[in-house]
Order: sequence, then C-alpha cells, then structure tokens
Amino acid sequence: MTLEIANRLDARGLACPMPIVKTAQAIAGMASGQLLEVLATDPGSVKDFAAWSKTTGHEIVEQGEDAGVFRFVLRRK
Amino acid sequence: MTVATPSRVRNPSLFDVLVGAVADEPDFVVEARATEAPPEASATEAPTAVLEAPVEEVAAPQTEPAEPEPKPEAKKNELLIIFESGDLERTWATLILATSAAASGMKVSVFLTFWGFYPLVKPGASPGETWMQKMLAVMNRPGIDHLKLSRLNFMGMGPWMMKKLAKRYRVAEPRELLEIAMAMGVHLIPCQMTMDMFGLTRDDLIDGLEEPAGAATVLGHVADGVPTLFI
Repeated sequence: MTLEIANRLDARGLACPMPIVKTAQAIAGMASGQLLEVLATDPGSVKDFAAWSKTTGHEIVEQGEDAGVFRFVLRRK
Repeated sequence: MTVATPSRVRNPSLFDVLVGAVADEPDFVVEARATEAPPEASATEAPTAVLEAPVEEVAAPQTEPAEPEPKPEAKKNELLIIFESGDLERTWATLILATSAAASGMKVSVFLTFWGFYPLVKPGASPGETWMQKMLAVMNRPGIDHLKLSRLNFMGMGPWMMKKLAKRYRVAEPRELLEIAMAMGVHLIPCQMTMDMFGLTRDDLIDGLEEPAGAATVLGHVADGVPTLFI
C-alpha cells in the first residue's frame, strides 16, 4: 500500500529549529488527515520530530533514513 | 508597645544570626526583646484563638465532606520567556525556543526587559531624552543585526565569525527567526518600566509588539503554572 502524500517539504541542509518550524507552517495549511512528507538532514530531527509529534498530536506514520537523509511522513491531526 | 525603640529593635535576618551580629547589639535591646515580646504575643494571640475555636465547631457539622480542591492545571501548552540579556547568543537561543514552541502549537510570550529591548529597537533609531538615555542606545546599537556576544565578542569579531558559521551550517540567523516568531504569533511584551527608564517610546520599537506591561503580568503567568525561562 502506498500512502498518498498531499504535500512535500524539503528541509535538507537546514539546522534546528527550521525543519520543525517549516513543517509546522506547511502542515498548518493542510486538511485534517492529509499526509505531509518531510526530508531533513539534521540528525537532531529524529528526536525533534518524535517530540513535536507528541506535543502537537500530528502522527508520524512513516519514518526512515537513507544515506543521511531522514524522511518523515506525518498525518495532519 | 510604644516603649520599644523601633529604630533599634529589628528582626534579625538570617545573615545577622549567622555572623552573630544580634549578640553584638546593646544589651538592653536584647533584653527588651526578651521581656516585651512574649506578653505582647500572648496578649494578642490568645483571644483570637479562643474566638476561633467555637466558630470552627459550629461550622464543622454543617459543611458536607469537602471536595478536594481542584489543583490548578499547569499550563503545559504555554511558554513564557523573560528576555533580559539582549546578548547575541541568548537572543538566538530565545528565538530558537520561541519559534520551536510556536511550531509545537504552544502559546509563547516573550517579556522584554532591560537589555532585551535593544534588539527590538528600530535600527538607526536614537531613542532617549536625557544624555544618559541617549548613551544607552549608543552603547547598545539598536537592531537585531547588531548584537554582541556575552563572551568572546572581540570588538565584533566574535559575532562576525558566528554569522559566518551560521551561514555555512545553514543555521537561521536571529533576524530570520524573529520574523518567523512574529509571523507565528509569538507575543512580544515590552516592559513599561524599562521603556520609561531608558526613554524608549512605542515609535522607537519595531512594529508588531504587544501593549507594554509590568512584572505583575509576568507573575500572573507564573501563578497560572506557565513554564517560565529567564534568558
């Protein structure tokens, strides 16, 4: 089953706090239940996205890493 | 009550007790305290104790088992930063936390006080009425782009290096973070007292700040259980 991504955000190369800040801005304009894919290279983003998901309630439905690029798929609350 | 000499009889502070300063005071003061204090206390406390006792007895049977008083919920979803330093690195940290908290759906307030003002004074502004107030703005060049490091400033070499490094590692600079913070609805609350003392007017400050307020506003947040940082 492939997830239908509604919106994509490239946060590669950005340092804290920009991946989270840009993600929050991107997800704010989406509808509830839609999926946002985020790419980041900040290693801190792994913990940051987990914490952010817990705080905001936007769920991480998929997560992975490929050659130093972290990928998160988030479902808008 | 009027016998004691109020200027000499004072409550010993912890410091006094530790250094033994109390013992060094003239003997008659110590004596006066020993002899006068107890009767005074018993004279005032005893009747109230008698008065209170029956009231409690009467009230007790009437009241139903009291519900446990609801504890005030700590406001987990809010953050208050008291921004006092105005240093480059602390301004940076303040804005990183403020933007991250706003991005996490938290209500963020930043209370600006003392040196925390100059980053938000319009660049090029020369605020102040008196020469001392004017000097403050000369020594603290206004604007988010003109901040000094609290350590290793080296006449501006330190901040220059920091900004070089920030560019290289794509760390957002204070200017960008401030713009994001304001766009995300972070409340920037100027301290009225600092504005008065430093001779700052609303026109000297960048647009988009809240109405000025005071310490009681800050403490109101603290009393509500809002997590508070002093930076």
